[in-house]
Amino acid sequence: MNRKNLRSILATAAGVIAGFFIFVIPFLFMLVNSLKDRKSANKLSISLPETIHLENFAEVIREQNYMLLRAYKNSFILAFFSIILLILFSSMAGYVLQRRSDRRMSAASALILAGLMVPPAIMPTIWVLQTLGIYKTMFGMILIEVALHTPFTVMLYRGFMASIPVELEDASYIDGCSGWKTFWTVVFPLLKPVSATVTILNAVSVFNDFMNPLYFLPGSKNVTLQLTLYSFIGQFSSSYHLLFADVILIVLPMLILFFILNDRIVDGMTAGAVKG
Amino acid sequence: MKIKKRYSGWFLAPTMIVFITLFIIPLVISFYFSLTVWSFTDVTFVGLENFRMFLKDKALSHSLMNTFLYSFTTCGIKVVLGFLLAVYLTGNIRLKRTLRSLVFFPHLVSSVAVGITFTALMHPSKGLINQVIRWFGGSSVNWLGDPSIALFSIIGTDVWKGLGVATVIFISGIQAIDRTYYEAAEVDGARSSQLLRYITMPLCRPAMNSVIILALVSGMKSFDLIKAMTEGGPGTSTEVIALSVYKQFAAGYYGLSTAGNVIMLIMIGFIAYPLQKFLISREE
Repeated sequence: MNRKNLRSILATAAGVIAGFFIFVIPFLFMLVNSLKDRKSANKLSISLPETIHLENFAEVIREQNYMLLRAYKNSFILAFFSIILLILFSSMAGYVLQRRSDRRMSAASALILAGLMVPPAIMPTIWVLQTLGIYKTMFGMILIEVALHTPFTVMLYRGFMASIPVELEDASYIDGCSGWKTFWTVVFPLLKPVSATVTILNAVSVFNDFMNPLYFLPGSKNVTLQLTLYSFIGQFSSSYHLLFADVILIVLPMLILFFILNDRIVDGMTAGAVKG
Repeated sequence: MKIKKRYSGWFLAPTMIVFITLFIIPLVISFYFSLTVWSFTDVTFVGLENFRMFLKDKALSHSLMNTFLYSFTTCGIKVVLGFLLAVYLTGNIRLKRTLRSLVFFPHLVSSVAVGITFTALMHPSKGLINQVIRWFGGSSVNWLGDPSIALFSIIGTDVWKGLGVATVIFISGIQAIDRTYYEAAEVDGARSSQLLRYITMPLCRPAMNSVIILALVSGMKSFDLIKAMTEGGPGTSTEVIALSVYKQFAAGYYGLSTAGNVIMLIMIGFIAYPLQKFLISREE
């Protein structure tokens, strides 16, 4: 038994050391360089800062008339409303798609699931948005995020619906509830676990979304987090301390979320991926 | 009550309205616009000219090749490393949860942030990676500046970021395997390498199929990381389709940009989709 223990400890140690070099070092690298002054940050070394320069963060926040704060606000608005709509719309869709299995519903399922693979057609989408008069607006951007996250979200809800017994609904019908009322009072509250997963996974995805705001929400008025980060690459190409301070400020919320909700994120990710 | 009345089709309406308007309709009309020279205001039909351009133009055809190389390489590496890591992380070790989180966390860091960090780590003269190589007595590598290496440097970064997802999918596949298979095999005197080869590998095939499809499709669509690291350069050595779509859009060639989108769609439709069908048919 002792030999087995020793082997397990050695294997763990090897993993921890490798993991430290491969996954922790790049993160520490961002962190230490965000705390240095300009001259030592531009050396791009991983040495600890001689003096801690927290004012880097203040400077990045003040940059371009508080662009970062505006970006935070916009990204929060975008994530908040798109997730609310996704939860409401997709739970309803997942409910009917799982409970009914006629031909029309299968067709609708197939159509939605195709969206898991198919890349969005960018230019025609802009054309549709322009025709509707919502191109370059936050409202249009929210609807885009809803449309693009619909396949994944509907799939999660549909999968989870299978575990909710139909008998619960029967009771509600006998008491005289309509289909609409039954869904919102009986079924929807039972979907809480998936709704939580949906919220977290879509929040991560919308916050980290770079390509879609680049296409559908250009302009400095509605700037989102990843776009500010991208625009800082050119602007701070010779002041790495500010660039990394910016990286840290943008990465941190997701990492905090991860440390709090680690298991839920990983499980949700797996559930989604395997069923897809 | 009848099923149809109970589960009214109206429940589907909000999702379908948004999804069809902003996903399906653009997809359908993209086939038409890809055959035109188009500037939002006026449209000229040019037939397959845009597609011919994609195959003939050096930069654009290069982006096609790079997309293949990028998606198949990242997919292959993620499958192999993800499987090995999952076997390690479900094996006889301590600190399983901590190590699992460690592998997974890069997935939550945005591609742009990862791109910035690795561009700095791969700096030709002062970058940390080259410092380590020099410390071991090697000579510096121009990771992102050498056209023959740049794409592989980005592939490596992509693997760093995406390996966690592949690994957790494999872990869930391995954990779903019934323990009694292992016990029976151990009673029969099977070695651990045989357990791996004849039990773990065949029985986590569904997980492997998910990883293959997911990695391949996301590789074909990849954009963020490359845009943040090299913008397609040096020259066209890291140009991929999604990036060409963006560049043609920025230059005002909307028809050509749409054609790039259609090519991406065809690639996924003709490679990833049949592959998925094939892999699933082999599962049974």
